[in-house]
Amino acid sequence: MAVDGFTIEIPSEAKYAKVVRGAVSYACELGGFPAETGQAVTLAVDEAVTNIIRHAYRGEPGHAIRVTCRITPRRLEILLQDRGRKADPGTMKPRDLDQVRPGGLGLHFIKSIMDVVDYQSGDTGNQLLLAKNLPGSREPDAQD
Amino acid sequence: MLKIDITHPNRAALAAVAGEVDLYSSPQLRSALLKLAAGKPPAIVVDLAGVTYLDSSGLATLIEALQESAKYAGKFVLSGLRPEVRSVFELSRLDKVFEIYDSSEDALIHLSQ
Repeated sequence: MAVDGFTIEIPSEAKYAKVVRGAVSYACELGGFPAETGQAVTLAVDEAVTNIIRHAYRGEPGHAIRVTCRITPRRLEILLQDRGRKADPGTMKPRDLDQVRPGGLGLHFIKSIMDVVDYQSGDTGNQLLLAKNLPGSREPDAQD
Repeated sequence: MLKIDITHPNRAALAAVAGEVDLYSSPQLRSALLKLAAGKPPAIVVDLAGVTYLDSSGLATLIEALQESAKYAGKFVLSGLRPEVRSVFELSRLDKVFEIYDSSEDALIHLSQ
């Protein structure tokens, strides 16, 4: 199976998160995921987009969020890129689910759903790589 | 945006919600539910049968409304969760926190007993 995918870019406004959901949902369909898994992956990516809007860009509209979906022989990769504020690693821990309070669930969903969650930050901005192994695939090789 | 229909069967407040509840639309739901809670009805039923997507901002909104209802000892229950929405509650273990009914009719019958 050839590596293929697409890139979309949205402004940092909540009303455009649905665009990303639609694209990722379709990428999951192309990857052959069952509907439930596709819905879960879509939720995880949506939560990541929300985090970029709210935290990296502090709710400011007009900034770019780039989302690249790539289907490799073994997994679906979603790369989210922004040029906002770097995330504080201390705040990137899922919260205790025994606490019933509004907020703090997005990171829990991302880490529960995805097989790979890799955040990098540098001079060119922030990158969050999310990946989900394709149905029936083995663990990905380093080359993937 | 969301479609939210409010009715008042048997003194309860029933909010039938339709659409996708996300960061963009959850403020609309929050406003509607907090306005309902401000009236201190004995029970609020939020019917989600028409909700096809709900994220953590939607959950936060429902938790906040649940907590507001609890302040005056009102009941706050959910109904009509589609599988894709129920799975979000299960993933966050909030299916153990909220009373959830299959339909708004079931919820209202139970609340009237």
